[in-house]
Amino acid sequence: MTTALGKDLIGLEGLTRAQIELILDTAEPFKEVSERPIKKVPALRGKTIVNLFFEPSTRTRISFEFAEKRLSADTVNVASSGSSVSKGETLVDTARNLEAMRIDMVVIRHGSSGAAQFLGNRIRSNVVNAGDGQHEHPTQGLLDLLTLRDEFGKIEGLKVAICGDVLHSRVARSNLWGLRTMGAEVGICGPASLLPRGISELGVTMLPRIEDAIQWADALNILRLQLERMHAGFIPSLREYNRVFGVSTERLAQAPKPLRILHPGPMNRGVEIDSDVADGPHSVILPQVTNGVAVRMAVLYLLAGGSPEWATPGSDDR
Amino acid sequence: MAGALHRMATEIVERNQGTDGLVIVGIQRRGVELAERVAALIEAAEGTTLPRGKLDITLYRDDLQTIGPRPIVNETRLPAALDGASVIIVDDVLYTGRTARAALDEVADFGRPRRVWLCVLVDRGGRELPIQADIVGSTVALDTRDRVEVMVTEVDGLDAVDVIRAANGEAR
Repeated sequence: MTTALGKDLIGLEGLTRAQIELILDTAEPFKEVSERPIKKVPALRGKTIVNLFFEPSTRTRISFEFAEKRLSADTVNVASSGSSVSKGETLVDTARNLEAMRIDMVVIRHGSSGAAQFLGNRIRSNVVNAGDGQHEHPTQGLLDLLTLRDEFGKIEGLKVAICGDVLHSRVARSNLWGLRTMGAEVGICGPASLLPRGISELGVTMLPRIEDAIQWADALNILRLQLERMHAGFIPSLREYNRVFGVSTERLAQAPKPLRILHPGPMNRGVEIDSDVADGPHSVILPQVTNGVAVRMAVLYLLAGGSPEWATPGSDDR
Repeated sequence: MAGALHRMATEIVERNQGTDGLVIVGIQRRGVELAERVAALIEAAEGTTLPRGKLDITLYRDDLQTIGPRPIVNETRLPAALDGASVIIVDDVLYTGRTARAALDEVADFGRPRRVWLCVLVDRGGRELPIQADIVGSTVALDTRDRVEVMVTEVDGLDAVDVIRAANGEAR
């Protein structure tokens, strides 16, 4: 079956439009589960999921944990500090030891690009990438797609500008692949020092100034400026960045059509986005967070069905 | 089918001694359309409006771990207040009883109805769980290899109930 997802979700690059649509369509009924008086369905009863987070994360980890618990899975959180990872255990050894305890899925966040793929190739459990280095953050890309589809009714033909630190952003990469597969036009806006080399050859619209992005786009996806970049000399100062690339109410007022504002969080208010924009009528930042739980429930539900050769024998087989 | 739905609508009102507290809930897919028809018939006869709901029981199936690739999940939408209501669960065919079991579990996650009745267009026998329907359009005794297909205009373009016998492979 061409729409089945396979064992792992590593990135949106390489997923077909039918596969992305399957995830988004499956997320729709899961939105309702979170509105129930009892926010729980028994779909993953008896499944054990390990959240393996080698990098700090609040929103993504909690969102995955809610998604898992609302599907009735049993969950264990492993953080790199306070575990044997800090004693020098390798990624594969950690995962194999977990697998020896008969787990079914691993959600992994790691600082190295390719870590999720590396793990997925070496263990039988399903692997979901919750962000690997500068590679991809597929569930963030999916929740951005779901939010855009909610707002506009469709993704095909939309113009979405990805603004800011594209160079270091796995969110930007997942958005780029997902949006293109779904037929949207992608614009890129940011200081030249924070754009990857050769990006203009990927068939995107280059928008040198934030004013250009505001004129061009239906929606802006404003990336977080990772503050440690300033010390590394990518930008002169935060104030300077805000003056040139910050999204303010005054700048948005120049838009020819009402824009939607997305931000993956956590926000640096007053740097890449002003507070009155983040909290303003164009912002869909909190709907993004709500959709994140639904989209992660959909991914876990679909992967747990899996392809038969990876089905775990004897698990809750009543 | 129209006659059976009329009888079912009448029986619901008789059993409930009126329309107070009635909530009509259809099971996806064709139960939703049948529930809408039954609710409309009751509304026309009694001059009232009834709350409706739709239920997708996929996530409550007891065979979810073994069926391989995941089935599509449809919308679940129930009225806010089920506590104290008289819930009528409507489905097209009652067979093993596993769908009804799943529906009962799902309804319980939305509140505590005063009572729940099961209302089906066709009871074909062959139960695998201790479950029976309260209101039945028609009853047929079939072999496990036979199939019943209910079609409704809203989904299939026509109203029909086909019994497909395994013995000769013909619809009748």
